[in-house]
Amino acid sequence: MTDRFVSRGFVGKRREGSAAPNRVPPGQHEVKDFPVLSAGPTPRVRLDQWSFSIEGLVRQKARWTWQEFLQLPAQPFVVDIHCVTKWTKLDTRWLGVSVDTLFEHVELDPRAQFVTAFAQGGYTTNLPLPDILNGRAFVAYQYDGQPLAPEHGGPARLVVPNLYLWKSAKWVSGLRLMDKDRSGFWESLGYNNHGDPFKEERYTGD
Amino acid sequence: MDDETIDLNQALMLDGNAAAGLMQEIFGLEMTSNPAECANCGNVSEMGGLLAFAHAPGMVLRCPACQEVMVRIVQTPNGTYLDARGAAYVRLAPPAA
Amino acid sequence: MNRPIQWQIATVAAIKPETAHVKTFSLALPDWSAHRAGQHYDVRLTAADGYQAQRSYSIASAPERAGQVDLTVERIEDGEVSSYLHDVLVPGDKLEVRGPIGGYFVWEARQGGPLLLIAGGSGVVPLMAMLRHRAAAAAKVPARLLYSARAWDDVIYRDELAQLGAAGSGLEVAYTLTRSQPPGWQGYARRLDNAMLAEVAAPLRGAPQVFICGPTLLVEAAANGLVQVGVPSKQIRTERFGPSGGSA
Repeated sequence: MTDRFVSRGFVGKRREGSAAPNRVPPGQHEVKDFPVLSAGPTPRVRLDQWSFSIEGLVRQKARWTWQEFLQLPAQPFVVDIHCVTKWTKLDTRWLGVSVDTLFEHVELDPRAQFVTAFAQGGYTTNLPLPDILNGRAFVAYQYDGQPLAPEHGGPARLVVPNLYLWKSAKWVSGLRLMDKDRSGFWESLGYNNHGDPFKEERYTGD
Repeated sequence: MDDETIDLNQALMLDGNAAAGLMQEIFGLEMTSNPAECANCGNVSEMGGLLAFAHAPGMVLRCPACQEVMVRIVQTPNGTYLDARGAAYVRLAPPAA
Repeated sequence: MNRPIQWQIATVAAIKPETAHVKTFSLALPDWSAHRAGQHYDVRLTAADGYQAQRSYSIASAPERAGQVDLTVERIEDGEVSSYLHDVLVPGDKLEVRGPIGGYFVWEARQGGPLLLIAGGSGVVPLMAMLRHRAAAAAKVPARLLYSARAWDDVIYRDELAQLGAAGSGLEVAYTLTRSQPPGWQGYARRLDNAMLAEVAAPLRGAPQVFICGPTLLVEAAANGLVQVGVPSKQIRTERFGPSGGSA
């Protein structure tokens, strides 16, 4: 490799080691702020027009309005989150409804193996069904004790902490059960179909 | 009172000229003065006038009229992915005489 | 304009403080080529372990000044690149740059005018390149600059703008200071609004070519406002910088 130019005295700001290095996946660094990343403008939906649905390969589609959603049993969650752009934030605190709770309201078709999460503004991401069950995912509407801010996906977003954060669809409006896997917004353009941060599944083919 | 307390996500939006260096790297041409037609609504805009979302796992360029995605670019260790399905066309200026 | 752009190693020739948070870096380029006012250079920093950070900075100098470019940079709180430029770089240091880049937000004197320039904070930088080019090319194009800043001490290029906007130059500069004003201040003292835009645009005959640069939300307010007061939207070009704290 040819000599690469090095900027005298430049270190870069992400250098502080983590107090909990075993919780930081390979290639990630810990941050204390909460960076905002987005592929589009903030969707504007009035709460009286908001809805969340579970559809596709289910016996009957389930749908909740905002008021109905708030009636569902919600739990606090404290999780670590990992963005494919290499930042990790530990101990993030959320309040939301477990996807398990939502699935109590539908009967899955046995062919349902995959999920597409879809959001206002057109964003999608795909997951294998097991990755959102058994406590692995929730629909959050509070972050750090406050209503979830629009720039972080409010009024409600999916949170799937075991996968890179692009799977935690902001402004989520539902889950579609499918028999075939369908690449979402980033998965169709070079990002890994699965996205496990501890296996560093960032890009297609990793 | 700073406006971005209202919506940081909105404040992060840029113009297509923020993608000028990236596009010149990929295409080998200055692209921002080239017009592109939106496949969704038919609006024609120079690429520098598209809406750019650069704070993302990739670069996303959207139509300034209907906000649909026109171009997406992701640079990975395996190479650069380009999706321009949202553009009905991009017109490249003829080489200077 | 379609030559491939390559990274090159510039040498910092001079560093000039403009305001408390803004400095101008004069870079000597081994492979200089005349830019167009409004274009930018990309700056890339590399740490010893290979970590890189890259940002774009508008060129402040006129293309008539050969061999060197000036980049005027605001130091952003927690800005990874801007804080390196401000706090570490000294004359004689090397800086990896690539450019000039851009073909949309540019103005050349031969395009004519009139010219309406709207700046928010450090958004004045590419517009200053246009005004310096206009002066160097002795262009008779009528021009107006509306410059929004928080306070008088935050105004970049104050003295030079006073000279460029002297009587008979065809350029008029109007300021709006949104947070604090010096005693006896006669200019605008509020955020951009449609009435202000209409007043500034009014004396320009014919549909002006408009360039707006600064924080995203200010740029949008100005662009929308100008359309509402009758400027055709195809005459308006914008360069949003992102959040007003910057993202550099």
